Amino acid sequence: MIKHEQIEKSVPLLIILTLLVILWGGLLEIVPLFFQKSMTTPVEGVKPYDAVSLAGRDIYLREGCYNCHSQMIRPFRAETERYGHYSVAGEYVYDHPFQWGSKRTGPDLHRVGGRYSDEWQRAHLINPRDVVPESNMPAFPWLATTKAKDTVGADIEKKMEVMRTYAKVRGLPTYSDEEISAARAAIGDKTELDVLIAYLQGLGTALKNTK
Amino acid sequence: MSDFVSDFWNLYVIVIVLVSIVACAALLIVQGKATFTPGKTMGHVWDETLEEYNNPMPKWWSWMFIITVIFALVYLVLYPGLGTFKGVLNWTSSGQHKAEVEKMDAAVKPLFDKYMAMDLKAVAGDRQAMEMGKRLYMTYCMQCHGADARGAKGFPNLTDADWLYGGEPEQIKESIANGRMGMMPPHAHLGNDTIRDLASFVRSLSGLPNDSVRTAKGKEAFASAGCAGCHSPEGTGMQAIGAPNLTDKIWLHGSAEASIVETITNGRQNKMPAWKDFLGDAKVHLLSAYVLSLGQAAK
Repeated sequence: MIKHEQIEKSVPLLIILTLLVILWGGLLEIVPLFFQKSMTTPVEGVKPYDAVSLAGRDIYLREGCYNCHSQMIRPFRAETERYGHYSVAGEYVYDHPFQWGSKRTGPDLHRVGGRYSDEWQRAHLINPRDVVPESNMPAFPWLATTKAKDTVGADIEKKMEVMRTYAKVRGLPTYSDEEISAARAAIGDKTELDVLIAYLQGLGTALKNTK
Repeated sequence: MSDFVSDFWNLYVIVIVLVSIVACAALLIVQGKATFTPGKTMGHVWDETLEEYNNPMPKWWSWMFIITVIFALVYLVLYPGLGTFKGVLNWTSSGQHKAEVEKMDAAVKPLFDKYMAMDLKAVAGDRQAMEMGKRLYMTYCMQCHGADARGAKGFPNLTDADWLYGGEPEQIKESIANGRMGMMPPHAHLGNDTIRDLASFVRSLSGLPNDSVRTAKGKEAFASAGCAGCHSPEGTGMQAIGAPNLTDKIWLHGSAEASIVETITNGRQNKMPAWKDFLGDAKVHLLSAYVLSLGQAAK
């Protein structure tokens, strides 16, 4: 039997034993999730992001929207009254990485799709205070003047191929070659604002926007 | 946790959970049997002065440990945790959410029923109903129409007496329940010159400064380009399709000549989302009454 003193005096031994304890927790907390259908199967209606939304999603990441907005409606009445049906795991299967967030300076966005008109999103993203004077959200005016094809859309085919690899490994429906080769044309001359709005308007719409 | 791909994972979880709990208990027992030398140090010194006694663990600490082990076992009997075993309480987070919603819905149902049975004008005169309406408004409506309900550029002011789709109680309710889709088609094909004539003419309709030569040409274009089809020959609009009255002083997208030129050239799309499915009849009813009361204050 190893003595307490031996562990205390040997750094490698201490590291190895600490790792073993953490791994033991992971065996139970993490590993079984990969083998639960509700975690790995998309809920009906959840599809891979189309090229435009995928580019929009990259704007969401680039601008750090997740720093203030979560995408995770918890099963509490106060949240489902305000946002709609609580989020379920099967809605996130195509999110790499997921955008759950943890800080809620702004409202949850998991079901923002269809909540506001495109025009509202446009005005609000260019300057939130034009429509909500009390808002403390930053303005993102440059999105309206930058073409998506020059930034997030520049390597869209490659991004879609990576997403396809993820999906194939898990046996999920994914992009066809035709969809990938049509991606650049789909993004076309759209601005970063257009593609971001396309992404936002699709969020959470698979589970009907009702309670 | 009942949806593992195979039964192996059920056993896997059960074994790890139980082994962990047994191991915790065993650790406590083994440590309790160790030899102690109370009052004497272990004989080593860390960081110059840091020494360590070899005392038994405090009783309160041992008891906390034992209670934790017992708590874990009781928890696993009551709640889901042991593989696919649902726990004797049959608890789920979705079940708890459902119970919470049903409890609250049952509590407020008499109130909503009372207001559902009243017509919108009566509800709009009820103080408590309007307090409820205001809270609903602040949750679902203020993002576009503003906390003060005065709207914003492109989003209608609800506190004036001007209504795109009509201000009668049933018309307001229809707007909230089923939404509205306002569509001014683009008219770039008319050419910039004619569009500026039109802008000058519609500015004249609401008594704004305008260029008289352009206004005269714009008046003809207004009739020939089909503007009158939606906005009526007099420019007073048509509530059935939400075509705005051009003769009042209210300009949803701005009254500056440049704004009007932009509106005519590229068109405008204004969408009011439908709320019937999301909010349900009772809340739509209260909100309609609240919006009605906002407009009534303007009269």
